[in-house]
Amino acid sequence: MALLKLIRAAVWGGAVGGFLLWTACSNIPEAGFEPRSVKAAVKPENDRKTAPEFTLKDSNGQTVHLADYKGKVVLLDFWATWCGPCKVEIPWFMEFEQQFKDRGFAVLGVSMDEDGWDAVKPYIEDLKINYRVLLGNEQVSDIYGGLDSLPTTLLIDRQGKIASIHIGLSRGKEEFRNDIDHLLGASAASNGARTSLTAAK
Amino acid sequence: MLTVGPVDKLTIQRGASGEVKIAAQLQPGYHVNSNTPSEEYLIPLKLTWAKEPLQAEQVVYPKPQSEKYDFSPTPLSVFSGNFEVVTRFKAPADARNGPAIMNGKLRYQACNNKECLPPRTIEIQVTLDIQ
Repeated sequence: MALLKLIRAAVWGGAVGGFLLWTACSNIPEAGFEPRSVKAAVKPENDRKTAPEFTLKDSNGQTVHLADYKGKVVLLDFWATWCGPCKVEIPWFMEFEQQFKDRGFAVLGVSMDEDGWDAVKPYIEDLKINYRVLLGNEQVSDIYGGLDSLPTTLLIDRQGKIASIHIGLSRGKEEFRNDIDHLLGASAASNGARTSLTAAK
Repeated sequence: MLTVGPVDKLTIQRGASGEVKIAAQLQPGYHVNSNTPSEEYLIPLKLTWAKEPLQAEQVVYPKPQSEKYDFSPTPLSVFSGNFEVVTRFKAPADARNGPAIMNGKLRYQACNNKECLPPRTIEIQVTLDIQ
């Protein structure tokens, strides 16, 4: 188990600049089996690494670049239709999309289904998913560390940097909401401070 | 996550039937969906075989467990721990005598209470002696 943890941590660490390595080492229980749950709080701004860029298609066939979302706080959710824990989180993310969209927030759901849109589109309709869903691929999986476990959810700040990573159903809805609110608020405060400084000059 | 133990060699007469047991072992804390999942969106455990040199007449899965997990409001039909999948093969009357290999694939998708792993396929080979 310890070896598995080390390998997983190393893979992720390499892919996202050691961000998860720090998180995993500080959160995974050492004794006995427990379902792995990485509880990452929002990282201080200086410790954040840039989210790897990707280009994927959404369910309408439109091309989406992660870079298009720079300036927004993004909840990036890697999921699949066959993933029960992912299904729990989707209604939360729909709620967040509705609640925070006017404050510069967006949810991007990246489906890792091998069967592609044939599996994903009916699921989007069944759950009435209100946020943008993209179809992932091996390349995006690789740049995000292999995505061995789903759901894997990242909160990305307005500068395009990873503020937190959550693997598995490790956080409650309110914890996610608090983190999003914090990122939106902190960014707004930070932008406001910069504006005031510029105006003073 | 899921491992399969060594598979016994099958000695079989042409025109006769024989059984092969696939012993699977799942890491503690994890489950795989049974061959008859309780939800449509779940990926079933499935053992499939090549069409020759033997004919797979029947694949018998163990009785599923009904387990409740944090992520599902209702119990799920799963396998966990150690379990066996048995296949009954028939050797065609015109099968070629001698050693041969029967190829199979065991597809599964595992989760624990918090997270799921992508679907995987284990390649299975049964050494045959057709007489």
